[in-house]
Amino acid sequence: MDMNTTFNLTHNMRTDIDVWVAKFPAEQKSSATIAALSIVQKEQGWLSDAMMNAVADYLEMPKSAVYEVATFYSMFNLKPTGKYRIDVCTNVSCMLCGCDKIVEQLENRLGINLGETTQDQRFTLKEVECLAACGGAPAMQIAGHYYEHLTPEKVDIIISEWEKKA
Amino acid sequence: MIEIEINGKIVSAEQGSMIIEVADQHDVRIPRFCYHKKLSVAANCRMCLVEVDGVRKPLPACATPITQGMKVFTRSKLALDAQRAVMEFLLINHPLDCPVCDQGGECELQDVSMGYGRDISKYNLGKRAVKDHDIGPLIETEMTRCIHCTRCVRFGKEVAGLHELGVMNRGEHLEISTLVARTVTSELSGNMIDICPVGALTSKPYRFTARAWELSQRPTIAAHDAVGSHIYAHVIHNEVKRVVPKDVEAINETWISDRDRFSYEGLYHSDRVLHPKIKRNNKWENVDWQSALEFAAEKLQAIKPDAIGTLASPSATNEEFYLLQKLMRTLGSPHIDHRLQEQDFSDQADFPLYPLMNVTLDELSQADVIMLVGSQINKEQPIVAHRIRKATLNSGQVLVVNPIDYKFNFKVARKEIATHGDIFKSLEKMLKSDLVKKAKQGIILLGAQALHHPEAANIRALAASTPMKLGFLTSGANSAGAWLMGAVPHRLPGGVETSGKNIQQMLNDHMKAYVLLGVEPEYDVQDSGKAYNALKQAECVIAINSFQTHAMLEYADVILPVTPHAEMSGTMINGQGIAQKFSAVTEPQGESRPAWKVLRVLANLLELKGFDYQTLEDVQKEVAQNCHPALVAGSGKMLNLNRTPQQVRGDSFVQLPKLVRIAGLPIYAQDALVRRAESLQKTSDGIFTGVRINANEAARLGLKAEQVRVTQNDVTLTMPLVIDDTIPDGVVYLPSGLRETAGLGAAYQVIQLEQVNHA
Repeated sequence: MDMNTTFNLTHNMRTDIDVWVAKFPAEQKSSATIAALSIVQKEQGWLSDAMMNAVADYLEMPKSAVYEVATFYSMFNLKPTGKYRIDVCTNVSCMLCGCDKIVEQLENRLGINLGETTQDQRFTLKEVECLAACGGAPAMQIAGHYYEHLTPEKVDIIISEWEKKA
Repeated sequence: MIEIEINGKIVSAEQGSMIIEVADQHDVRIPRFCYHKKLSVAANCRMCLVEVDGVRKPLPACATPITQGMKVFTRSKLALDAQRAVMEFLLINHPLDCPVCDQGGECELQDVSMGYGRDISKYNLGKRAVKDHDIGPLIETEMTRCIHCTRCVRFGKEVAGLHELGVMNRGEHLEISTLVARTVTSELSGNMIDICPVGALTSKPYRFTARAWELSQRPTIAAHDAVGSHIYAHVIHNEVKRVVPKDVEAINETWISDRDRFSYEGLYHSDRVLHPKIKRNNKWENVDWQSALEFAAEKLQAIKPDAIGTLASPSATNEEFYLLQKLMRTLGSPHIDHRLQEQDFSDQADFPLYPLMNVTLDELSQADVIMLVGSQINKEQPIVAHRIRKATLNSGQVLVVNPIDYKFNFKVARKEIATHGDIFKSLEKMLKSDLVKKAKQGIILLGAQALHHPEAANIRALAASTPMKLGFLTSGANSAGAWLMGAVPHRLPGGVETSGKNIQQMLNDHMKAYVLLGVEPEYDVQDSGKAYNALKQAECVIAINSFQTHAMLEYADVILPVTPHAEMSGTMINGQGIAQKFSAVTEPQGESRPAWKVLRVLANLLELKGFDYQTLEDVQKEVAQNCHPALVAGSGKMLNLNRTPQQVRGDSFVQLPKLVRIAGLPIYAQDALVRRAESLQKTSDGIFTGVRINANEAARLGLKAEQVRVTQNDVTLTMPLVIDDTIPDGVVYLPSGLRETAGLGAAYQVIQLEQVNHA
C-alpha cells in the first residue's frame, strides 16, 4: 500500500460516524472505532491503510490504535475481497465436529486456499474464529447467511447455489 | 500500612500495592515478563503466578492487590507448577537458539527459563515465524522471538506518548508491529531495547559486536543536556560498545534519551583527532605533545592578551571551565564565554550565580501549570519532556509560547504561536490566560528559542513578572557549571564581578587570537558565518577539541586533541542544580588527553603561577574553595529584577524583520559528539529535508517547492524548499548546527529566499 495515498471520508460516512461518536463521552471518541471502520468498509468493501488512517484522523487517535482494532476482528477485510465472503469456523466445536473436511472441500471446490479470492473475484474464503453457532457445528457463513451441520456434500450444494446467484 | 506474609515472613506494605511490588521491596524474587515497575499492569504473560492462602487457583502477583493478613507463597508446589507450565507455553513458539541471539546471556526469558522452567518440552510441532519490520536505524527487530509481553507497546503509549508499535492481529497470528511500514520516532525509543525481555528488540548499532558477559559496566553521566542522566557504558577492549541507563529515580528514573544512548558512536568517528597537530607553512603536521604545546604557547605569547578571545562549549566540565578561565585571565585575557547561542547579554548582571531549571524534575511532574516559552523541549531535553508529560497525565496544564508550532508528546492546553518570531508579544498574550492566575505550583520554563532570542532579556523580564516560578532550560550539559566557574566575561568563579567581552563582542571586534575548548564555531555558534569569518581572519586559533572539521583545518593553527567525556573524569552541574562527578569509562584514544591536563601543562609552559596540580582532585579542591555550589546556593530567583518588563521593552525594543529566520540546534546536532553519531544521523530527526516556509509566504515570494537559494549576510546556500503549513507567517524555519546550513547567519535575523531557475 502506498503510504502517500490519502482517503477522504465521504459526507455520508462522517454523518454516520458522528451518530456513534455522539453516544460516547467527548473525550472518548476512540470508542467509535469499530463502528467507524464498519461504516467505511460497508461502502468500500474493504479497509485500506489510507481508509484506516482517515478514521484515525477523524477520531483523533493514533493510527496504530486503529490498526490494532482492524486487525483484531475477522469481520474487517484488510484486502479487497470477492463478491461473496465465505467465513468458515475452525474453532474448538467446529474442529471437533470435522471442520477440517469442510475447509478441505471448500478449498478444492473453489480452487483456492484459506485467505484467498477466486480468480473470477466471486468468492473469498476466510478462516474465522467462533461464529457463535457451536450448536450447529461445523458452521460457516456466506455473505452473512449462516449454514450449520455442514458436511462436504452440503458444502458442494451450497456453493453451487451461490454460483448461480453470481 | 498493612501486614502480609510472604513465604512465612511478615512484612508491612502500603495498602493498594500489588503482591509483586511488595515482594520486590523485600527481595523476594517472582519471575515476570510483562510487569514493569514504570508501566501499567497488563497481567498477560502469567509468569508471576503465586499461591495465595485460601484461593484455589494461582494468582498473578502483578495484578493482585494485597489485603491485611494475606499469606503469599511464591515457591509452593502450586506456584512452581503454575510457573513451570506458563514457561513451557511461552517456549512453544520461542526459538531455542540462544547462541545466535544477540540477547543471549542477558535475556530475561533465558534466565527465568533456567530458574523456573522445565528442561524438556512436550511440544514437538512446528513453531511459528514472524516477519520482521524495519522500524528505524536504532532498533533491530526479530519478532519471531517476541513473547507478546507488550512492554514496548505500553512504553510507547504511556511513557513516550507515541502509540507507534501496536498489538496487531490476534491469537496465533498476534504480532507487535507498526503494521504499515514506518519508523519509530520517539526520542526515547531506545528504552524499548532495555525493557524487551527477549531478543525481539535489540540495539541495531551494537548488535552482534560483543557478548553481555564480556563487557564491563562503568557508570558515568550523559553529557548532552542539562538533565545529566546517569548511564552505564558497556566497555570491552577499551571501547564503548553501548550505553544503557542507570536507575536514578530523581533524575532519569529508569530511562535515557536516544541521544544519550547512541551518541557513543561518535567517539570512534574518523574526525577524532588522535595526535596533537600544528600548522606550519600552511601544512598540517602531527607532532608530539611537547612541541604542540610549546607551539601554542609561543603563538599565544606573541599576541597581546587583551586581543585573545576564548570560547568554551557549554558541555565542558567544571574543572575545564575553571582551569580555562584561570589560564586566560592569569595571562591577561578576560574575554571568555560559553554562551555560544545567546544574542542578548543586556541583563547578564541580573543573572543568579548559575541559571537553573529552578524546580526539581519530581516537582515538575507534579506542577499544575507549566508554561513553555520558546522550547522544543522533547528535542532539547527529552527526559524533561517526559516529566512534563507526567505532569499532564497528573492533570497538569501545559501552556506553550513558541515561534514554530512544534509537536509535543504531551497534551497542550493552550498555545500561542508567534508570527515573525515575536515571542515577547505572544508571551504577553499568554500571560493574560486565567490559568496563569490560577496556578498554585506553576512554572515558566524558558527554552532555547527564548534564551537565544535577540530580545531574550525582555522575554526573561516579562516571564519574571508573574507569580509563577521562572526556570531556564539551558543548552549543553553544564551551563550552570560554566556560570559558576567563571566561563562568562563578567564574572569570576563564584560570581565575583569583573568585565570582559562576550561572544558577540569577541566576534564583532575580530580578536587577533581565539582559543576554543570543545567548540566548532561554524556549527555551535549562533551566527556561524560571522564566527567562521572571525576565526579565519584571526592570526592564531588554538583548538582544544576532540574532533576536527574541514573549516577548523582552515582557520586553526594548533589542534590539541582532548578527550570526550567518556575518556575523562570531571564534574557537571545539571539543570536541577545537582553537581555530579563522573569518571572515565575508557582510556584516552591515541594521544588525546583530558583537557584539564592539557590546560595545566599549557599554563606551565606560559610560566603562569598557580598551576601546580598533580591530580584532578587538586583542581576540584581549589574549585570547591572558590565556588562550591553548596557554598553559593542562590535565593532560588532566576533574575534579580528591579525593572518592569513594559519599561524594558520600551527601552530596547528589538525590531524583528518582516521575514525572520528561526533556527535552533536540532536534537542530533547539539554538540560535536552527537553530530558524529551515525545511527542517530540516519533517524528522521537527523535528516535535513530543507528550508521550510508556509504556502502563503511561498506564494508571496514566488517560490515553488524545489531548490531555493538562501541568503543571510553575504552567504548564499542552495537547498530544497519544503512548503509546511505549520510554519507561521513571516517565518523561515531553517535549523543551524548542520553541514547544510553552516556559514549562514543568526536566528531572528533577516533571511532571503530566491527560486533557483533551471535554464
